[in-house]
Amino acid sequence: MYDPKVIDHYNNPRNVGSFAKGEEGVGTGIVGAPACGDVMKLQLKINNQGIIEDAKFKTFGCGSAIASSSLATEMVKGKSIDEAYSIKNTEIVNELKLPPVKIHCSVLAEDAIKAAIQDYRKRFSVAVKSASGSADTAKG
Amino acid sequence: MVKLPIYMDNNATTPLDPRVLEAMMPYLTQNFGNAASRTHSFGWIAEAAVEKGREQIARLINASSPDEIIFTSGATESDNLALKGIAWGYKSKGNHIITQKTEHKAVLDSCKFLQKEGYDVTYLDVDKYGLVDPETVRAAITDKTILISIMYANSEIGTVQPIREIGEIAKEKGVLFHCDAVQAAGKIPIDMQKTAVDLMALSGHKIYGPKGVGALYIRKKKPFIKAAPLIHGGGHEKGKRSGTLNVPGIVGFGAASELAQKDLPAEMERLKRLRERLREGLTTRLDYVHLNGHPEKRIPGSVNLSFEFVEGESLLMGLKDVAVSSGSACTSASLEPSYVLTAIGVGPELAHTSIRFCVGRFNTEEEVDYVIEAVVKHVTRLRELSPLYEMVLEGIDLNTINWNAEQ
Repeated sequence: MYDPKVIDHYNNPRNVGSFAKGEEGVGTGIVGAPACGDVMKLQLKINNQGIIEDAKFKTFGCGSAIASSSLATEMVKGKSIDEAYSIKNTEIVNELKLPPVKIHCSVLAEDAIKAAIQDYRKRFSVAVKSASGSADTAKG
Repeated sequence: MVKLPIYMDNNATTPLDPRVLEAMMPYLTQNFGNAASRTHSFGWIAEAAVEKGREQIARLINASSPDEIIFTSGATESDNLALKGIAWGYKSKGNHIITQKTEHKAVLDSCKFLQKEGYDVTYLDVDKYGLVDPETVRAAITDKTILISIMYANSEIGTVQPIREIGEIAKEKGVLFHCDAVQAAGKIPIDMQKTAVDLMALSGHKIYGPKGVGALYIRKKKPFIKAAPLIHGGGHEKGKRSGTLNVPGIVGFGAASELAQKDLPAEMERLKRLRERLREGLTTRLDYVHLNGHPEKRIPGSVNLSFEFVEGESLLMGLKDVAVSSGSACTSASLEPSYVLTAIGVGPELAHTSIRFCVGRFNTEEEVDYVIEAVVKHVTRLRELSPLYEMVLEGIDLNTINWNAEQ
């Protein structure tokens, strides 16, 4: 029923946890709703070069939702925020071989990455602007 | 050591009792006759076996006569025959049916079908335990009401309905009363001499009998109950259900009924003890666990718990050596949680975290203890993974969060 990769992420989720409150350079994305059976919290720790140094997650959801968010934390590490922002849910679907009914889990993981980056940009817009020079980073 | 995997989903189906298989074997081998063959011993042997099964099933519910039992392919067909058969048979008398929201889909979908044919159906609400108030049944009856259909016990939450009280109202008002007793027969005592039920759906495989065989009890009374057949053919089962009888299935269903009846009081006690051991073990060792259904008015082996902040399917994935089921619909194409939990007012966030445990004849105390350990371990681990549990520990009220804002 589940792909071995989903089972592996479920049994050994990568990067579980939360950063300390108020930790510098952390953007947090919380997506989904308890009523829908899925809530993902994804946090990115971004250095002043705009590179994602670390990521952490916590997920309430089915095994595929846990695996999607666990995989998302692995995918974003070492990427620039622009690169991470362009990650598509289909990459997660292909890696975890998610069936059609579980595609929404990968969509949620993509949304969580984007939400975390948006939160980071909102909080630290000045620092990022000087680092990447992109006008887009000032949004929000 | 317990043998894995552990089967604890006995409301879904049960294993065939070896004694039942033993009773069936001759009818799967040398005694293969058609019960409708009147011209030779093969037919006579088969017919005698069918009549014995009919008696055993009639005795389980203390029916007046074995003739009140009509064999079907299963309880879904029995419910269809009761609902559609009565609706069609009493079309000239009225077009109104009363049922309630936590019925099995065999009843609810038959009602929806009949609505498309022009029948009116009232779906009564239940309280937070899943109970129907008999007075709401009385209040819903009109001069067009031809049938009331209320289940004996619910398969998801185990709640047992006040069937005798509803039966008295139906009798007083002169309305036929059908009861889906699939989850009650063989699990709690049923006495048709004291219960004014006119039609009752029964199933073989829920009581350690074979799949593919069920029955519809139709009370013998004046005037005769006219249930129009769904299946036409050779006129078997007094014309109410044509088709060659499933002789080995009926023999098995009969043997299973006799076994269930023989051990009923002791087995009810044993299952209740196991269920309470499970419930207490889990609720004392874990916080934020909620019981779904009535605390006392329930079938003995069944318990449905919500483990707040842990999605049901993810818990089932951890409990890979334990066969239980979840009220979360994440396993199906629809993302809607259980309609039964919704009907008793369990919000979707809690419905997604519900697990149904059903202990049965072959479960042991050791298995219950193993399940407690496994559930505690996985709920604890998944709560460490749960952003909701983290928020609650931080003192955040989850209801104050605008969840959809991020989507």
